[in-house]
Amino acid sequence: MIPIKVENIHKNYGEIKALKGVGFQVNEGEIFGLIGPDGAGKTTLMRMIVSLLFPDEGNILFMDRDVVSNNAFVRSHVGYMPQRFSLYQDLSVEENLLFFGDLFNVPKEKQHQRLERLYNFSRLGPFKKRFAGALSGGMKQKLALSCMLMHEPEIMILDEPTFGVDPVSRLEFWNILGTLRDQGITQVITTPYMDEAARCDRIALIYAGNILALDAPDKIIADFPYNIYKIASEVPHILFNNLKSVMEEKDIQLFADGVHVIDRNKMGINEMRNFLKAYLKDDEEPAQSNANLENIFLDLMHEQKEQV
Amino acid sequence: MRSNGYAVEVENLTRIFGDFKAVNDISFQVEKGEIFGFLGANGAGKTTTIRMLCGLLLPSSGQATVAGFDIYKEYEKIKQHIGYMSQKFSLYEDLTVRENIEFYGGVYGLSRKEISDRTKELLDYLNLNQQADHLTKSLPVGWKQRLALSTALLHNPPIIFLDEPTSGVDPVSRRNFWLLIYELVEQGKTVFVTTHFMDEAEYCHRLSIMKDGRIEAMGKPRELKIKYSADNLNDVFLKAVQGGAANE
Repeated sequence: MIPIKVENIHKNYGEIKALKGVGFQVNEGEIFGLIGPDGAGKTTLMRMIVSLLFPDEGNILFMDRDVVSNNAFVRSHVGYMPQRFSLYQDLSVEENLLFFGDLFNVPKEKQHQRLERLYNFSRLGPFKKRFAGALSGGMKQKLALSCMLMHEPEIMILDEPTFGVDPVSRLEFWNILGTLRDQGITQVITTPYMDEAARCDRIALIYAGNILALDAPDKIIADFPYNIYKIASEVPHILFNNLKSVMEEKDIQLFADGVHVIDRNKMGINEMRNFLKAYLKDDEEPAQSNANLENIFLDLMHEQKEQV
Repeated sequence: MRSNGYAVEVENLTRIFGDFKAVNDISFQVEKGEIFGFLGANGAGKTTTIRMLCGLLLPSSGQATVAGFDIYKEYEKIKQHIGYMSQKFSLYEDLTVRENIEFYGGVYGLSRKEISDRTKELLDYLNLNQQADHLTKSLPVGWKQRLALSTALLHNPPIIFLDEPTSGVDPVSRRNFWLLIYELVEQGKTVFVTTHFMDEAEYCHRLSIMKDGRIEAMGKPRELKIKYSADNLNDVFLKAVQGGAANE
């Protein structure tokens, strides 16, 4: 069984081309990340996978069934957590969970068994009487996730579940997703955070309705064809603006602790050091560095813009 | 309370809701021209603090000045001397770009002449002349972000509060945004910013990390990395916030 297969999807909103021929397959038991900024088309894709929206062109298969003609099947086997998930703020944690159990026709005796399991891994047990509206951002997201697990779906679709969540709660949330993966639940997730992208089994980097790269994060990094040199700097913005006069803008990337240079012409580090010497302060020197997903995403975005 | 030339000065600031101490006796100063990152766990008290500093909520006790004005008595003055931009950008999607600028000009009490001058200036600066009469909702997120920042600066405030300004923005636009922030600082403005992106927090000159109503850690990014023996600020944050929990 293939959990999700997306084939050549096109979707337009009026004149805006939200998706321009997107295809990928999600494998059983993996965490698949759709990585990209707002407006890239991630949410549109997710809504089509859960049969809330239909493509203009192309097909989506959900557990080997066409989503358009099988929406009842899809909805009973998927857990979908949209960006703005509607928890009932004036119901307690427990009441919210039971409500979603009823909504998905989970028998009462099963609901209570599942509650205990969900409390165990979400650690929401001590807060079960608290109103959802009084939970912190991280706990709300855990509750939303738990509500979507009440009917034990095979596939979870999570749209930016860590939005507005602090780093501690993000880490905890990802540990929960890891537990779900161990239980064999297939997950599709979107995130703007590159550290979260790196935790997915496979990712699609998506921008302006196109997939720019599709593979395991390590593989995408290993396949990047150029060397990257990192110039640590106390004033990266000044260094960045200086380097703009000698290098192509797509070859220099601003980071908070320095500037990363892409050696597209394969000069090698020594030649690059000589080439840039006049523009660097004494304590600024290019050093060999490993590419990261953010380097690659930035580079692919520039490439994409050049093609338009 | 005297301001001593700081952009923001906070002393023993406390805010209690019922029996819950949302902000518990915090003190710090922000220098003029500084980018100050105000970080913290969800529910740690960041928003409550910012609301007090912007003159929207009175403290239970403690003192603070913003741009030299007392938050108890001079909150109207504070509002004239700060800009505020939230993650929701507070733009009217059904107004054109030009109308949004003009609207905020009116809100900040600029004269008709000033509004028309500033509108022209901003449209040139943002390179938005082509889109000036398009609806704001048609703009890409990165442009909306720059427009929102510009409207928050219409009245030329010396201090600007940015509440998670880069959520949902693509990596290229995020970088352009920070270059813009540095330009503002070079003009002498002070920037007070919250973010959950720890790689971005590193752009700040100085950071504080709040937990349970208190400031758990404060310092330059480099100092904090040394203090917590961490390679990056994400690890600093985890250690500061979780380490605090272990001590309770």
